[in-house]
Amino acid sequence: MLRLERRPNPSRFWLYATPPVAVVLTMIAGGLLFAAMGKDPVAVIRTIFWEPLFGDFAFYLRGQLLVKAGPLILIAIGLAMGFRAGIWNIGAEGQYIMGAICGAAVGLAVYPTESRLIFPVMVLAGALGGWAWAMIPAILRTRFNTNEILVSLMLVYVAETILAKAATGFLRNPDGMGFPGSRNFSSYPAAANAELFAGSGLHWGGVTAVFVALAAHVLLRHHVLGYQIRLAGQAPRAARFHGVDPTRLVIFCMGLSGALAGLAGLFEVAGPAGQISIDFNSGYGFTAIIVAFLGRLNPLGIVLAGLLMALTYVGGEMASTNMGLPAAAIQVFQGMLLFFLLGVDVLTNYRIRPVKGAR
Amino acid sequence: MLFGTIDPVTLVAALIVASVPILLAATGELVVEKAGVLNLGVEGMMITGAIGGFIIAVATGSPAMGFLGGAIAGALLSLIFAFLTQFLLTNQVATGLALTLFGLGLSSLLGQGYNGIKPPATHPLPFGPLADLPVLGPILFGHDLLVYLSVALVAGTAWVMGRTRLGLIIRAVGENHDAAHSLGYKVVRVRVLCILFGGAMAGLGGAYLSLVRVPQWTDGITAGAGWIALAIVVFASWRPWRVLLGAWLFGGISVLQLNLQAAGSAIPVEYLSMSPYLVTILVLVVMSSGRGRAAVNAPASLGQGFHASQ
Repeated sequence: MLRLERRPNPSRFWLYATPPVAVVLTMIAGGLLFAAMGKDPVAVIRTIFWEPLFGDFAFYLRGQLLVKAGPLILIAIGLAMGFRAGIWNIGAEGQYIMGAICGAAVGLAVYPTESRLIFPVMVLAGALGGWAWAMIPAILRTRFNTNEILVSLMLVYVAETILAKAATGFLRNPDGMGFPGSRNFSSYPAAANAELFAGSGLHWGGVTAVFVALAAHVLLRHHVLGYQIRLAGQAPRAARFHGVDPTRLVIFCMGLSGALAGLAGLFEVAGPAGQISIDFNSGYGFTAIIVAFLGRLNPLGIVLAGLLMALTYVGGEMASTNMGLPAAAIQVFQGMLLFFLLGVDVLTNYRIRPVKGAR
Repeated sequence: MLFGTIDPVTLVAALIVASVPILLAATGELVVEKAGVLNLGVEGMMITGAIGGFIIAVATGSPAMGFLGGAIAGALLSLIFAFLTQFLLTNQVATGLALTLFGLGLSSLLGQGYNGIKPPATHPLPFGPLADLPVLGPILFGHDLLVYLSVALVAGTAWVMGRTRLGLIIRAVGENHDAAHSLGYKVVRVRVLCILFGGAMAGLGGAYLSLVRVPQWTDGITAGAGWIALAIVVFASWRPWRVLLGAWLFGGISVLQLNLQAAGSAIPVEYLSMSPYLVTILVLVVMSSGRGRAAVNAPASLGQGFHASQ
């Protein structure tokens, strides 16, 4: 028999070892899954984790990594702040959609004006859209004590309906001959979030993600608000005695994560996606939850985690075109990763001790 | 459904059917939460049950086997949650989310090749002439076995939780796990069994969606029904009979909005289809604001991990 024994202090070793161990375990379990589906597990894992970085098409795929990692990192950093404080915003997908719609609406409203101000204003509108959408669960939580998990999630479905309405109705391309979808930003330079260096895959979203990660790191480490976030999560009672205002914390964390998700949505719609379409959202808001935990809710860790998760997306797409691996298999793979992360994390706070003899 | 007018009898009969999946899932989650565990993976267990039940039903040609398969699939998935939260002491909110993400991916993976297939039909119970009664016939005697079983399961849950020793133990574990532990109750064992029950109920609800309510397999078939079930538990302030009321309320809204869409109502389709989610939010706000009455009823140890440190 094995028994868990609480460590006096969390293990520093396991704090850093958990993510790599979980990734390795996921590769093993995922390999078994792929083998069960009749694919060569080694070849699939190699396609996912090696090819995008060093394979024949790496020159293109490395850029794709940045394209996918940008929104994941942006959203995950916002979510991680809340998760640390015990505030569970799981509706980032909805905030991402609303940010994209608001930002795109601003750009499309002034079409075809050319001005340098258009893109910055769109960015602002995107952040505001996500922020406003996140304020709904935040205010309901602080005013009426309503569970923010359920409200933020319900609002994802509402946002998806609004997105469908935008693509087929109020943002539809008037020159699109009645097809759903807005004008494409790639043919509207003043509003487009183009690549900063041709072929690099880096757009303003990636730059913002790096900047936000650094800012969040400084905030958590060196600002009183970051201290309050950490305290509220670890010792809620102590936080209250310490004068931490829970209302302010909820408003800040929800607002921040909403604004960052909105930004991610805007950068995506004006850049890689190009237009508002019915299925424009691709689940980044949910995958970012995994990224946040994979990065140990630490902004710098999240940057690495976002890149790794982007690898599973890009490599997964390769495995799907080259080897016929269904896209859903990658989703299962990502879900497994979160299980292993959470499971292995027990070693941070507990030691496993064998119990000798029968009791 | 009729164009222009909506027949109230058909509407009530339809809402009873529509409420079955969330009713089953919410009743299961109620027991889980009464034992002090918050499993946010209802959506994932439901959709796994939906595809599991669908595959079994198509393979065996028997809807009954399908329902059983759905329940088993849901319970199997909940086993992961039980192991992680009860033995590896993971955060219940995060693990529940993981279960939903995993379940959505798994169901979509398993469901490949099942799109567009018709499952074996589930027939209404033969009540003979009773089913031909005006008004009462379609409402009370026109349904399949699962409809009656779901109501019976609510009654059974209400009885077990309120009137039996087993219910008392479950509630004790959920209210104060340390006290229950020192009295000699196996906290972890009780919780694991409750989680499995919740998984089976969610899986059964999911199977009802794919085998009767829709009836076919499509990706993301649950469309938030699992989350609405979680909200109904709050709405019901952890009381079984109120779960029935909540499920009928939400079943009624979803049926009504579909009818209004079909009837070509003046309200745009988009607003109608987002109405169940908006009503859920509204109900949550009303329930949680009313002088915190709902919160008072919440099990005191809800969502907290338990570790018997000697």
